[in-house]
This record gives sequence, C-alpha cells and structure tokens, in this order.
Amino acid sequence: MRVPAHLLWLIPALPLLAAGIGAFAPRTARRTTAGSAIAAMAISFLLSCGALVTALRDPAVHAVHNFAWFDLGHGALRLGWLLDPLTALMGVMVTLVGLLIFIFSAGYMAEDANFKQFFCFLSLFGAAMLGLLVANSLLLLFICWELVGLASYLLIGFWFHQPSAAAAAKKAFITTRIGDLGLLVGLLWLYDATGSLLFFDGGEGVLEAGPLAALSAQTTVGGLAVSTAIGLLIFCGAAGKSGQFPLHVWLPDAMEGPTPVSALIHAATMVAAGVFLIARVYPLLAADLTLPSAPLHALSVVATIGAITALLGAVIAVGQNDIKRILAFSTVSQLGYMMLALGVGSWVTAIFHLLTHAFFKALLFLGAGSVIHAAHHEQDIRRLGGLRAPLRVTFATFAVGMMALAGVPFLFSGFWSKEAILHAAHGWSVSQLPFAAGLIAVVLTAFYTTRLVAEVFLGTPRGEGAARAQESPAVMTVPLVLLAVCAALLGFIGTPWWPWLQRTLDPTFATEPGGFGLMAVSIVLVATGLGAGWALYARIPRSSAGEADPVERRAPRLFAALADRLGFDELYAATVGRLNAWTAAFADALDRRVWDGTVRLLAGLGLFTGQVTRETDENLINGGFDAASGGLRSGGRAYSRGQSGDTHSYLRYIAIGFTLIALAVLLGVRR
Amino acid sequence: MSRLPLLSLLVFLPWFGAAALALLPRLSEAAHRRFALAASLSTLAVALALLRGFDPARTAPQFVEKHAWIGALNVNYHLGLDGLSLILVLLTGLVAPAALGASFRSGEFRGFAAFFLTLQGAALGVFLALDFFHWFIFWELSLIPAYFLIKIWGGPGATRAAYQFVIYTIGGSAFLLLGFASLFSAAGTFDFQQLAQLGADGSLARKLGGDGSWWLQAVFLGVLLGLAVKVPLWPFHTWLPPAYAEAPTGASMFLTAVMSKMGVYGFLRILWPIFPRELQAAAPWLMVLALGGVLLGAWGAMRQTDLKRMVAYSSVNHLSYCLLALFAVAHASGKSGAFSEAATAALSGTLLQMFNHGLSAAALFFCVGVLEERSGNRRGVDDFGGVRTVAPLFAALTGVAMFSSLGLPGLNGFVGEFLIFRGVFGLAPWAAAIAALGLLATAIFLLTFWQRVFHGPVVGATPGFKDLTLAEAVPLLPATALMVILGVYPQLLAGLINPLVTAWAGQLTPP
Repeated sequence: MRVPAHLLWLIPALPLLAAGIGAFAPRTARRTTAGSAIAAMAISFLLSCGALVTALRDPAVHAVHNFAWFDLGHGALRLGWLLDPLTALMGVMVTLVGLLIFIFSAGYMAEDANFKQFFCFLSLFGAAMLGLLVANSLLLLFICWELVGLASYLLIGFWFHQPSAAAAAKKAFITTRIGDLGLLVGLLWLYDATGSLLFFDGGEGVLEAGPLAALSAQTTVGGLAVSTAIGLLIFCGAAGKSGQFPLHVWLPDAMEGPTPVSALIHAATMVAAGVFLIARVYPLLAADLTLPSAPLHALSVVATIGAITALLGAVIAVGQNDIKRILAFSTVSQLGYMMLALGVGSWVTAIFHLLTHAFFKALLFLGAGSVIHAAHHEQDIRRLGGLRAPLRVTFATFAVGMMALAGVPFLFSGFWSKEAILHAAHGWSVSQLPFAAGLIAVVLTAFYTTRLVAEVFLGTPRGEGAARAQESPAVMTVPLVLLAVCAALLGFIGTPWWPWLQRTLDPTFATEPGGFGLMAVSIVLVATGLGAGWALYARIPRSSAGEADPVERRAPRLFAALADRLGFDELYAATVGRLNAWTAAFADALDRRVWDGTVRLLAGLGLFTGQVTRETDENLINGGFDAASGGLRSGGRAYSRGQSGDTHSYLRYIAIGFTLIALAVLLGVRR
Repeated sequence: MSRLPLLSLLVFLPWFGAAALALLPRLSEAAHRRFALAASLSTLAVALALLRGFDPARTAPQFVEKHAWIGALNVNYHLGLDGLSLILVLLTGLVAPAALGASFRSGEFRGFAAFFLTLQGAALGVFLALDFFHWFIFWELSLIPAYFLIKIWGGPGATRAAYQFVIYTIGGSAFLLLGFASLFSAAGTFDFQQLAQLGADGSLARKLGGDGSWWLQAVFLGVLLGLAVKVPLWPFHTWLPPAYAEAPTGASMFLTAVMSKMGVYGFLRILWPIFPRELQAAAPWLMVLALGGVLLGAWGAMRQTDLKRMVAYSSVNHLSYCLLALFAVAHASGKSGAFSEAATAALSGTLLQMFNHGLSAAALFFCVGVLEERSGNRRGVDDFGGVRTVAPLFAALTGVAMFSSLGLPGLNGFVGEFLIFRGVFGLAPWAAAIAALGLLATAIFLLTFWQRVFHGPVVGATPGFKDLTLAEAVPLLPATALMVILGVYPQLLAGLINPLVTAWAGQLTPP
C-alpha cells in the first residue's frame, strides 16, 4: 500500500472524525466513542505504514502537496502536506503508541463517568499531533502545535473538579504559551523575511538552499544572522513544549492528568514535538554554522539548554516520591538528551532517541498506571512495595522499560540511542561540557530507575492499597507486553554496525569507526548507578512508609531541596508571577485613578461652569432685569432650572451649542 | 432602477419594526417577541440577498443609492456597500437577532425591542452611509436607544454608567462635528468619496491652510477624537467597562459586537482616506496608544472581579489590535516593496478581527448573562465554582467562545490576529513583538476565569445551576458554529474582502 503526499491529510482527518463523533455522541455512547477512536487510530496507523513504505522508496525526497488556504493580496496564504522519512517514521510511532494507549485507556478509564469525553479529547489530540507531523508549513505546524496544547490542557484538567488538576492544566497552557510567543514571533519574522512559511516549495521553501542562504547572509541586532535569531525564537517554542529548562516547570504538574494521558502526551508524543520541530527546521538553525564570524550559533544554545535540562531533570528525579513525578522528571531529562543531540549537530540521533524513548517511556507510564490502578490509586512509592508477586506481567514489562531507560547494555533500545547521543556529544568541536553533563546524567538515571523499581516492586507492601493489589486486566497488560517488545528491540535499527535509521533519515550520515572506548565508559557508568541504587534501596528494602529515604538520611538538606524541585516554582511565583500581578494592579489603578480621574475632573469643570453661569444669570443679569421687568424674571428662573444636572437638558444644550458653533464657523469662513 | 433599494431596506426595516412596536396597540408577549425577532432578522435576510449579488472583485461601493436631498448644503442621500460594509452588515445580521433572543425574558420587552431595533437600524446606517450628513445622524441616533437600554434595563449602577457613556461619546462627537463643519466649509461637500479624493491629492489640506497648519491639525484631531472615543482608543476607554457591565445582556452583546465596530469603521472609512498624511504623521504616537490598549486592556482585565467588566476590558484589548494594524499601515504608507504585502495582511486582519471579535465577545457576554440569570444576578469571578460539572453543554459553548477570544488556532479569532501580527511585524516589528505579550495576558485572564468559574468543586452560586436546554442555547449556536467554520475555512470571509484590502494596500492612499 502506498500513501502519497496528497493523501496524507487522511492520517490526521480520521482521528478528527472520531473526535467529532465523540463530541456529538450522547454521554452514554461509551462503546461507540472508544470504538471509533481506536478504529480511527488503527487505520491511521496502517496509512502511516503506507506512507513510510512510500517515503522509503526514495528517502532523500521531500514529497509535498501544497494548497491555498485563503486569498491574501494578489496570491493566497498556502499550506501543505509533507512526506519524507522523518514525517513517516514519526507518524508510525505516534499512531502505534497512540493505538496501544487508546486500548489501555479503555480498561484504565472504564469506571470514569466522563469516559466518552476522554476518548473525544484523546482523538482530538491524535488528530492535532498527526497534523503537526504531516505539515509542510510552519504556520500549519503552529496551528496543530497549539491544538495539541489545547488537548493537553483539556486532558491534564480532565478531573477538573480537583483544584490541583485545574491549576496544573492552566499552568501547562500558560507556560507553553510563553515559549509559543517566541515561536510566533520567529514565524512572523520568517514569513516577513522570506515571504513564505512552506518548508519545501520547489526551491522557494524556507528550508531550501536559496532562502536559507539569504537568511544567514543578513544580520540583525548584535551581529546575529537573521537565521540565528529566527532559529532561537523558534527554539523558545520547542523549549516550552518539550519541558526544557527554564520552562520545564509545567511538565511534572501535568501528571495530574489520567495516567494514559501522561504516557501518550506528556511522555511519548506531544512533549517530543519540540524535538521534532527543531529536527524539522534543523537546516535553518544550522545555516549559521558556515558563517565564520557569527557571534553565536543557534545550535550552541540548543546544546547548552539540552545539557542543563538533561542533568537537572535527572538530579531532581532522585528526590521525588511520586511514581509519576519521578517518571516526569525523567522525561524532562531525556528530552534534554534529545535537545543536546540536536545542538551538537546530530539531529538523526535525536530522532532515534525520540523514537526509542517514546516506546519505553510509554511502557513505564502505562506500567505505573497499572500499578496505580492495582494499588487503588496509591502513587507514593513509600507506600507501595512488594508488588512483584501480585503484578507479574506489570513487573516484568516495567523492568524492561526501566532497563531501557537506564541504558542497560545491548538488549535494550535506550542503550543504543543514548550511546549514539553521547558519541555525538563527544565529537562536538565547541565544548565537552554537554558531554560531561550527559555522562553524569547517565549515572543518575541508572540510580533513580533502580530506586523506583526497588521501592515499588521489592520488599513488602507498606500501604493498604499495595497490600490488596491485583494484576490489571488483559486490555491493559497486552499493550504493556507489546510496548515492552518494542522497547527492547527498537534499538537494533540504529546500532553502529547497522545504522539503518540514521541513513534513512539522512542519506549522508556516516558512521565513524571506533567509539568502543566510549561505550565501555558508559557501561561502567550505568553499572555504577545501578550498583549504587541496588546498594541503597534493593539490598535492604524499606520496611515502613515512614522510614526516611537512604539519601535523605545521608544528606537531608540536599534531599529536601530535590524534593522541592530546587525551588523553581517558588522562584517563578516570586518573580514572574509577582510582576504579572503588579502589571495588572498598575493597569487597573491607572484606569481608576488617572484616566477616570481626568474624566471626573473634566466633568467637575463642566458642572462648575454651569454653577457659575447660573449664579451670574440669577444675581447679575437677572438681578438687573428684575427691577425692570417681572416677566423677564420668571423667564430667567425657568432658564436657570435648566441647569439642574438633568441629562436630557444637558444633551439639548450641547446640541444647541455645537450647532451654533458650527454655524459660526461656517459663516465665519464663508465671509 | 427597477431593483429594490436593498440598502435602504436594511436600515429602515428595523426602524419600521421599532415604530410598529412602539405605536401599535399592545399584543401578547409572544407576538411581540415574534414580531421583534422578525424585524431584527430582516437584516440577516437582506444581507444574504446582498451577498448573492455582491461582486467581491469590484472594490467600489455597490448597490449604490444616491438621491439629492438638501440642495443648499449639497447633501445627498447616498448609501453604498463594499466588502468592509458587507461583513459588518453580516455581523449585525447575525448578532442582533441573537442579542434580541437573549433578551426575551427582560421586563417590558416591547419597549426594549423598540429601542433595540432603533439602535440596530442606526448602526446599519453608519455602515452604509457615504455622506457625512446622514452618517452623523445615524451615528448620534444610535446613542439615544443605547442610553435608554442601559439606563432602564441595566444593573444597579446603570444610571451613572449610561450618563457617562452618552456624555463622553457626545463630547467626542462634538469635535467630530466641528471638524466636518470646517471640512465642509473648505471643500463644499459632505461626500466621503469626494472628500477622500481631495484628501488623497492634497487639495483638502491646501484649502485648510496647507500641510502642517494648525487649523488642519485641529480639524484632524477633532475627527480623530470623535472616533477614538467611540472605538475606544486607549486611554479614552474608561466609559466602556461600566457601560458594558451595567447594560442588560442583549445590549452588551450588541454594544460590543456592533457598536464598537462603528468607531473602527470610522477610522477606515473617514479618517484614514481623508487625512492620510496627517494620520501618517501621528501614527507613531497612535501606535503607542494602541499598544497601551493591547497590553493594559489585557492586564486590566486580569484585575476585574466582575465578569462583565472583564469581558469589556478584553474588548478594549481586541479592538486595539485592529487600530494597531491600521496605524502601522498608515505609518508605512508611501513606502514600496514588501510593505504592500504586509499592509494587505494587516488590513485583512483588521477586517477579519472586527467580525471575529463581534462573534466571540457577544458570545462571552451571552454566557456571562446566563451565569447572572441563574444565580440571582451574581457575576463575580469568585461567586461560582465547578459550573462545568453541573452544566456541561453550557461549559462547552462558553469554552469555544473563550478559546476563540484568546486566539486559539482552529477557531476564527486566530486568523485575524495572525494576519494583524504578520502585517504589523512587516511594518513595525517592535510593535508586533510588544503586542504579542497581549496574547499571553489574554490567555492568563481567560483561563483564570475559566478555572475559577467552571473548574474546581461545585461551590458558591453553582449548586442548583441548570444546564442550558437546547432552546436556550439557540442564540449561541450559530455563532459557535461560525467560530469553528471560519477558523478552518477563513476563505468565506477573506474572499469577500481580499480584493478591497489589496486595492487599499496597493494605493496606500485608500479610496
């Protein structure tokens, strides 16, 4: 089956249709909505496979289908679809992971009153995410980008009656929107500088040689190339969506959403959209590399932020006690690795890690969901424990995911993709600091994953929920098994001996020989982390929920700082939050005091003039006439009554007054 | 001409309805409702007829009616319709019946409807008149019914708010009238097209004392002031929050959707064509004021605890985008090259934003009205909680309006705002970058509103809150559907206005 570019719209359209069905179906139509959502995702998966087959026939080609959205000026604003291996591989991943998570959700959410709405929102998310992948226009990508943000908002706040969920949803939307402002300005700049937002358009597209050369040839503020400035602005959006430092704060809070949502949106797919975006516009960010005198390369910023995020996420994950928050910080850290790979110039390994991470992190989150489901909504690892025996399938699959995340050698996919990233970082000519950060994060990752597994599955149950735990139904465990298979095997598409994935994405990709020394180093580091974790947590498992954490016992202040996520939320509340509140108070006070005050002053002046006129009328003019004519006096009184503050008479006087002035002006100028 | 005078019908059918309601003997309440709704819907019917005969490719006014009226003053009864007028007529046709429908349960409905229809006809007159004389009559006439709608059917602070609204606006209009009086004495005509001609070739400026003369400046400022108060341009906006907040729901809907567009229309139809050079000179300052409206309007909304005041402030913010775009275009006029493309985008965005804001702001006022009606007139942001739990349909419809208002792609609001930003960025990049902060502030205050009122546990005035029945939702459904349709397929509107704005941008000395 082949799916050419002009049929790509079907891939997002089917989930959109399912979302429409979900929106209009009655609340009780649970089977219909869930069924249509799963069916739509399944067909989209087949179509994506077809698209992949089509794209693989000639991997170097960017097949496009552009069309006019609406008339603008002498032309039209054009959007388009794009088919290349990057789109197709991402599409297959998103639809496959999505399909498995949709099926899992049918079990996980079975008792929820808003089951129908859940599948409606999931389908909406699927449509927007797939639209983002097939877009051949930064504008269309941005539209879908915001729509995945909407779906994320709706799903984080799915249990909106809980204030924490409602607050987390808002925080996610606002924080990502801060980054999106940068993306929007970058997009506007790109549009203004090139006259197009299409990626590929027969030589005219913004990712093609001509426009790119023009962009990097111009300079702007601070001697930056225009392409650097635009690239950095676009990166702001990617940093927001992909939870990069300093905008990472929303992602852990997003765990307020149902666990399948955390797995699909906040681990496997949407948060990786930032990485996808940077990979997509990679030629734009790389355009300044050829400039000898550029003060700053856009990719260096990406590498720095990625390295900081990789380390920061791994550090904070060590001090968390909520099973989902540990995984969330782990996601932050892994996304940092991907950005790091992009920054050091190896976008193909970033995508490699994105794909493997999608499977093993979805597996871990669904495994966590299975644990939470089984343990009666207990999420605190201190009150779990001993779940290895009752949850056999969950434990086995979770262990596979954990080893993939930790980078246990050879048999697990995470090892190969992380290894590729470290290799690329080692080869970066600018600095070795990102590489060093990556190595430290390797140890920490192995450490916190061991802690997680040991606390949850080993020892004895330390809470009521864990004690009564029973294995989840097949609708939940079968997706776990399938994901575990992928999480183990997927690494083999990109090993140094057979870098199929890298060559498919980038036909010019060249494997450098050697690197086995590096591989040995990282194996040692993984072993160190695993060993430390084993020594502290697994050798003598925790016996009660109240017992202090081994790290806490040794370094109480450090652990408290980590548990508090290093205070980023407090810092932002004290700075950005306060600035926002002050600005609002200022705007309001300005209106109430200054502008409304001015209006009142003018009104007061008007009233004062009225008073003066009235006094003059009564005492001076009327006083003189009074003696002369009683008839005129009553007329004067009648006139003075007009100055009573009555709206209608004021209106009348204003009208008369201005008619007179108008006549005076007319006559005056005529003469 | 054998053809029906469609434009006159547009204006006079609502007035006829108003007169009939006021003068004919009292009937049953249901009959009043049907009759008033029919009179209000006449606009939509005629607008659809106009849409069929309208040729978007012709940029000159169409369906023109021109009759000599007052010979001594060279005044003609002159109506015409171009793309700009058409979308505003369509907007009026959509919003007015919905606003009237939302007011069915107001007391003394017959009087309400009579005033409302008078207001509707006057607003349509403003969008169609091409001669200052009766344009100004329509312009001022719209105030009187608005005044009574607010004062009689409004909330507890309505008297003061209505008084301030009318006096402030009339104060501004007085300068507008003075300005036109001197324009007439200089040019001898009230006709917009002739005045624009004279303005474009500079002869009007010569007649008023030459470029840079203080008299010319004074006339320009007078006209500017009259329009600025009406829109309103920051900082002439302080009458708006109390007026919108105290007005009854139906009137708030109409005021924000249609009446606020009269000011922007005036800028596009009058100020810019007649005073192109003066506007260009003043544009940097005016852009600062428009940015003030964008930013401080949005941040001001954040501080409001009264939901109607919050929506009112968001209108200040949204309309400031329109003005920002226009000022940026005026500022750049005369420059060549890529500016023309940016100007086209900015002007398209302005026109789309006028329509889109009309839909979304009216819908939001309707929704706040529902909250108010079902909670015994409470509309504080802290008076509710968990409304989405008890009223999912109402929450969904409000949600669409809210996301349309905050410019979510996929809904109508995004298209206009994107084009405005695209245009302004090409003409004045710094202004676009600063204005983008307004998008963030809008998201913050709207989502805070949503979080406090619709999410969280069911508390405050929410227990016992009933969801909308489908019949109650009817005034909202067409707007909601259009928000989605125009978000996905903006060509429906863009096709009507694109040739016009392209022509404007092409000359950069508009018609």
